[in-house]
Amino acid sequence: MVFLGSQVLPGSVALSILGPEADPRSVELLNHQLGVDRPLLVQWFGWIWHFLHGDMGLSYVHQAPVSPMVMQALGYSLKLAAVALLLVVPLGIVGGVVAALKVNRPLDRIISLGGLSATVLPEFVSGIILILVLGIWLHWLPISAAWPNGADPLTQIYYLVLPSLPLVLVLFGYISRMARAGMIEAVESDYTRTAVLKGLTWGQVVWRHVLRNALLPTVTVVVTQAGYLMGGLVVIETLFRYPGIGSLIFTAATQKDFPILESGVFVVGTIFTMTTFLADLSYSVLNPRIRMGTGQ
Amino acid sequence: MGCTVRSMPESALRFDRLSVAYRVGGQDRAVLRDLSLKIARGEAYGLVGESGCGKSTVALTAVRYLPRNGRIISGSVALDGADVMRLDKDALRTLRAKTVSMVYQDPGKALNPSIRIGSQVAEVFEVMGLPPAERKTRAFEMLKKVRIADPASVMQRYPHQLSGGMQQRVAIAMALASDPTMLILDEPTTGLDSTVEAEVLDLVTDLRREFGASILFISHNLAVVAKMCDRVGVLYAGMLVEEGPTERIFTAPRHPYTVALLRCLPRGGQRKDQGRLDTIPGILPSPGARLPGCPFAERCAIADARCVSELPPLRDLGGRFARCHYPERAVQLPRATPAEAAVPNVRAIADPVLKIANVSKTYGQGDHRIRAVSDVSLTLMAGETLGLVGESGSGKTTFARMLLGIVPPDPGGRIELDGKPLAPSLGHRTPEQIKAVQIVFQNPDSALNRAHTVARIVGRALRRLAGLRGAELTRRLDGLIEAVRLTPRHLTLRPRQLSGGLKQRVAIARSFAGDPRVVVCDEPTSALDVSVQAAVLNLLAELQSTHAVSYVLISHDLGIVRYLSDRIAVLYLGRIMEIGPSEQVFQGPHHPYTEALLSAVPDLDGTRKSRIRLTGEIPSAANPPSGCVFQSRCPRKLGAICETTEPPLNEATPLHLIRCHIPAAELENLQRRPNSGARDLIRAESS
Repeated sequence: MVFLGSQVLPGSVALSILGPEADPRSVELLNHQLGVDRPLLVQWFGWIWHFLHGDMGLSYVHQAPVSPMVMQALGYSLKLAAVALLLVVPLGIVGGVVAALKVNRPLDRIISLGGLSATVLPEFVSGIILILVLGIWLHWLPISAAWPNGADPLTQIYYLVLPSLPLVLVLFGYISRMARAGMIEAVESDYTRTAVLKGLTWGQVVWRHVLRNALLPTVTVVVTQAGYLMGGLVVIETLFRYPGIGSLIFTAATQKDFPILESGVFVVGTIFTMTTFLADLSYSVLNPRIRMGTGQ
Repeated sequence: MGCTVRSMPESALRFDRLSVAYRVGGQDRAVLRDLSLKIARGEAYGLVGESGCGKSTVALTAVRYLPRNGRIISGSVALDGADVMRLDKDALRTLRAKTVSMVYQDPGKALNPSIRIGSQVAEVFEVMGLPPAERKTRAFEMLKKVRIADPASVMQRYPHQLSGGMQQRVAIAMALASDPTMLILDEPTTGLDSTVEAEVLDLVTDLRREFGASILFISHNLAVVAKMCDRVGVLYAGMLVEEGPTERIFTAPRHPYTVALLRCLPRGGQRKDQGRLDTIPGILPSPGARLPGCPFAERCAIADARCVSELPPLRDLGGRFARCHYPERAVQLPRATPAEAAVPNVRAIADPVLKIANVSKTYGQGDHRIRAVSDVSLTLMAGETLGLVGESGSGKTTFARMLLGIVPPDPGGRIELDGKPLAPSLGHRTPEQIKAVQIVFQNPDSALNRAHTVARIVGRALRRLAGLRGAELTRRLDGLIEAVRLTPRHLTLRPRQLSGGLKQRVAIARSFAGDPRVVVCDEPTSALDVSVQAAVLNLLAELQSTHAVSYVLISHDLGIVRYLSDRIAVLYLGRIMEIGPSEQVFQGPHHPYTEALLSAVPDLDGTRKSRIRLTGEIPSAANPPSGCVFQSRCPRKLGAICETTEPPLNEATPLHLIRCHIPAAELENLQRRPNSGARDLIRAESS
């Protein structure tokens, strides 16, 4: 898909490497050297063949192997995603649980409405606002995501907080809403009534009987959203000039550097599929009804 | 143990002039109105009434667990002498832990799906402050007390791995573990099979003796309440309209509502050709309705001006109470539906409509095969009702689905409609055949498209099934609506604007649109209240006599099956165990399984036989017992022959077939023998 999509874009690779002033003959020559004048299917199968052997090929633009570039970028992206998740999961769940326990009270309204408005705000808008407020006016956080060379993990995290905040804002709404809905359903369930009527304290009831059942669907959402994070990174990484996989793909796309583009998208796609799989897996581990099968 | 001495309150539960309202749409709507009742220590009190009259609110108020929008307007609740409404958090928790327990409908939901049974039961003992080691052993003992055969393995399981009956036992074990003064049972057996229901009721009876708890038993099922309770209260529109000793209330009611309610039930083996069931006209006043007079006046045929304007007090009639101005006239309440019914004897001229030969259905593949229906052969006559009975898992629904073409039978079986073979799946049936076999579902809510009006739902069926257009369609639509006793005014309404009974009428109209030959009625009234149920049963009987349609009736309620059916087939693990004319099946000789099913049904008329207990659960159809499939639970098992050889269907009479090794004459002897000593235990005890 990506392969075809990128092929129909106008312009040739060599032209974008050599610049618009280039001599048509050298453009043709370069195209031939890069192999992009071969039939599409041949190119595609060639790429797939090499990819399956762990060889992502050479970047057209950098004339360097793609694999280390993609892997390095992926490492950066995963760090950013991890920080975002680390922030948003506890926040979202606590927010949702608190909202559900105070349902229809002011606190619930603030969390629900706030979460909803944060979710609909695109990352580049919230990103810019956050840079302005937290980075430029208040000087609380560094505005660039790139930490100094050799920085220790804590410093790295410190640099990553600001870039991850827009992602946190988007995901907080989703996660807290799921947690809230799950909680409300669980609190109103018959088994919660059973637990209360046993004479357990409200804390025991919530902790043992409500939370686990309430958060099951939320877990799935969180893991699935981890996949979404990878997509959201394109905007964020470009905005914060962070050398992750998002900005790698973005640059590759503008330069028509297919090996990078395809490998990058492929890697992101794989991660997305894997997180979805993990989501189902974690759900079944947590839910005895699925774990044991339905038979008796 | 040092007990503080305090005066023993005489009542375990006491409501004093209690009024409860739910806040809906910014308005308080009264659900309970000035309700007073007392349950003595050790007493079993039954609360009956139709849905929406406030039964469950009574239960929830007693344990102070009203929904968020519920509020006590006035009055008080005392449990074991303690004013429930004035307790602080801790005292309320202690009360719930020690004094009162509750068991409700749908045990599958009442247990936490993600916690093992053992831990859930042990929690009760944790609340009581027992050390962890002791909790498990006490839980084990408690599960044993509710007659769970293998408590150790059950404790390791999750609720979904248990059957409904087992789940309810676990719930009862948890409720009784704290040895409460007051046990509230809110529809505890609704939704369970009749054999399982009987077991659960037996269990409650036995444990009541052991634990000595008072019981508040809430049920819409009058017969169950009659079996379980010493005293009964009849609730209507949140008011107690009649109260007194169970037997006197049910045999000689003094309130027109009780009279009418009892008349709605098919009783004492009543059948459709012996006359219509009585119905109650009108509907229950909605919560919050202003009721200056008697709440039942609007629906009461003997009500006069005084009844409409003046609320009758709960009058003392000597040990019993009735909220009626004219209690002595209650029994003279005229029938709302005339009993006489002209039922043309269609069976005399009957031809077979459906011929089913050697039909089986196997689900699954490879090693994991489940034989849901096994080698069923039968014939359905025109204008005849065939009742299908059996516990859940007996193959009733699969059989019905095969008739409809939803599930294709295994190769080898044959279904013929009017002598012509019926294609196994719906896609291969002709439009003519499709409209000939129709269904009425249990739940009209999910069977009707909520977004469409009644006119559109029934009109669509007329277009699709009868191929009608334009004026002809309108004419037939009006005819059909009238036939199911709806009025043209209903045509523009949507399902949610209709009550359950009216919705079921729409569903019936829909199924009759194409002049069907056979209508499968799958639990057609089990989602409805008794008064509405009677009306729907009457309607089905009328439509049958005017349209000469055949019914395949699936119901767990044997009273209904007996009322509507001409013939009955008893299914067990997908096999026909007994088939024959309705009266012969009910009169006996019966198959031992039929005998057990019949004896499991609580009887309102006091002609109770000793109950036959079926041991164990219905075996899995994936792994049925060898020989006769019923041998693993059969109380009349002969011996080795039952384990090795599956008996054929033997003739008790030429029309009445029984699949048993015991000859019919012998079965009759065994079943006629008076069973001394095992007379009803509760009654003996309570007197």
